[in-house]
Amino acid sequence: MKPVLEVDELIQDFGGLRALNEVCLTVHEKEIVALIGPNGAGKTTFFNCITGIYKPTSGDMFLTVEGTRHRLNGRKTYEITALGMARTFQNIRLFSQMTVLENVMVGCHCHTHAGILSALLRDRRTVREEQDTIDRSYELLKTVGLERHWEDTACNLPYGAQRRLEIARAMATNPHMLLLDEPAAGMNPHETRELKELILRLRDEHNLSVLLIEHDMSMVMSLSDRIYVMEYGSPIASGTPEEIRHNPDVIKAYLGESRDA
Amino acid sequence: MKRIFKALLVAVWFMVLCSPIMGLHVNPDNSISFLWERLVALGIGIFFASLVWDWYFSRVQTSAVHMHMPKGVTATLGLFKQKKTRGACLTVLLLFLVAIPFLPVLGSIYQISILISALIYVMLALGLNIVVGLAGQLVLGYAAFYAIGAYTYALLTTYFGFGFWICLPIGGIMTILFGLALGFPVLRLRGDYLAIVTLGFGEIVRLILLNWVGVTGGSHGISNIPKPGLFGMELSLQSNTIYLYYLCLAAVIVTIITISRLKNSRVGLALQALREDEIASEAMGINLTRVKLMAFALSSAWAGFAGVFFAAKTSFVNPASFTFMESAMMLSMVVLGGMGSITGVTLGALILILVPEYLRAFADYRMLLFGATMVLMMIFRPQGLITGERRKYHITALEGREEQA
Repeated sequence: MKPVLEVDELIQDFGGLRALNEVCLTVHEKEIVALIGPNGAGKTTFFNCITGIYKPTSGDMFLTVEGTRHRLNGRKTYEITALGMARTFQNIRLFSQMTVLENVMVGCHCHTHAGILSALLRDRRTVREEQDTIDRSYELLKTVGLERHWEDTACNLPYGAQRRLEIARAMATNPHMLLLDEPAAGMNPHETRELKELILRLRDEHNLSVLLIEHDMSMVMSLSDRIYVMEYGSPIASGTPEEIRHNPDVIKAYLGESRDA
Repeated sequence: MKRIFKALLVAVWFMVLCSPIMGLHVNPDNSISFLWERLVALGIGIFFASLVWDWYFSRVQTSAVHMHMPKGVTATLGLFKQKKTRGACLTVLLLFLVAIPFLPVLGSIYQISILISALIYVMLALGLNIVVGLAGQLVLGYAAFYAIGAYTYALLTTYFGFGFWICLPIGGIMTILFGLALGFPVLRLRGDYLAIVTLGFGEIVRLILLNWVGVTGGSHGISNIPKPGLFGMELSLQSNTIYLYYLCLAAVIVTIITISRLKNSRVGLALQALREDEIASEAMGINLTRVKLMAFALSSAWAGFAGVFFAAKTSFVNPASFTFMESAMMLSMVVLGGMGSITGVTLGALILILVPEYLRAFADYRMLLFGATMVLMMIFRPQGLITGERRKYHITALEGREEQA
């Protein structure tokens, strides 16, 4: 299996606080990897580093797309998205006053080209590109099961649907690597099960690698191929779900040290 | 009982507040007389107004009344929204606008020049709408770009004898350059910070124009700016005004088409995404820097065009025409009309220019009425006159199904 995302000894300092301490992580092709850890362990900070929102203090990040290895350090967020790494947000960040369809259309931005001039002239190519964008966005809404809501305003969707819309919007950027930040937060067991199926289906249909942060352990254990565990910004364990389940360090981080141990 | 007491309190408060303005009168011999009857009349008026106000709000709170636009307005808007009637409506409107110079009352030079300035403001408001309404960046110094456009024409024509048609694009280019120059340093700012910086920019431009006496003539301004010519023909004042009216009308139509196309394009969508959430839109692959600068440049270009038209219309410019008040007016047009809505902003500009103009009959109360309207508007319809203007999308997959059904 070829690696898609490689992160090597990533360090992120905020003033005197070391939010990430030499984090190493690899995600291979078509692999689903989970990143878990107690609150404040630095999981979302890690996402923000690899998507270029934060500038890491040191360390290397690479994204391999179609055989080419791109160094991510110093790239802008939108460049990283255009390379093929898309993300969703922990606290939903939809374009809430725009329609569901428009939200997904914005995701198509980096693979369409019409500029101001073609917007004003509306030549045949622009019109066709626009119609393609609309149709493609609608197809993506179908895959996440939101096609009936395409005309609704995004903020009127129920919570679970908003999370799925975020995934559809991220998929619109045509990613090779999808980062999901707590996709199941606030979902009921039924919705979580559907989400799991959706992630598996997206991986198979789009040859996607997935890195997800999640607190729902049953979902993490059943969905992921490998798991990384973080605590206080440092990686403390990694391995298959089975290994993680029995790792004493992980149990300690989550449950605290038992007194008679 | 409680309500009556409250209304009484409000009335007394108003009487105290207004007593220096309304209750005192300085006689020619420097003695002061009190005008009690005026104050009492004011008090009684405010008492009843406050009672009605209170009663109304308690009804709104118990949701006995729903806020609606007057039926006539909704019906007219409905006509516009339907595709079949829309074309007819627009044609009638356009024919009316074209015919105005030949109508008996409206066709006087005075009326037409009011309309010209209204049209210029429509251009300005629509231009500002790009950056405020679509991209959601609060810009308070828009009059500066208007001034730059106007002075570009004024200076080029007095020093180099350039004509209107050459100056129109040059004015646009100049303001684009200034827009970019302002845009680069303020890229990171948003909301109130951006408002303050742009406010400062507006004042800087005005003060430079005021104090660079050698070039701009300071507060005396520049006069004798030529009106646009028609293939080198000399026109009388009457026909020249009409000619300028048509030019402005054409410019406004071009503006409306351009901006509605922009709004519905890929770039327009990116701008709206930027307004909603900057971080998310960057994570969706939008180059914030580029899109923001584009918005600034386009928006300022329109102010430049409007400025050239303004200079041509008045044939005289001085810094007093480009104060902060102008910027505030333009912003009010956008907010009153409904941010981002093209019809709304156009209406807002027309209302804010034409209503004070035709209220001249009530000369003394003109600004009072104007202010009251604005306050009421913001209480009852803070989202602006027209909102929810949405583009209709057609999905190929769905259309096929409908045809089969």
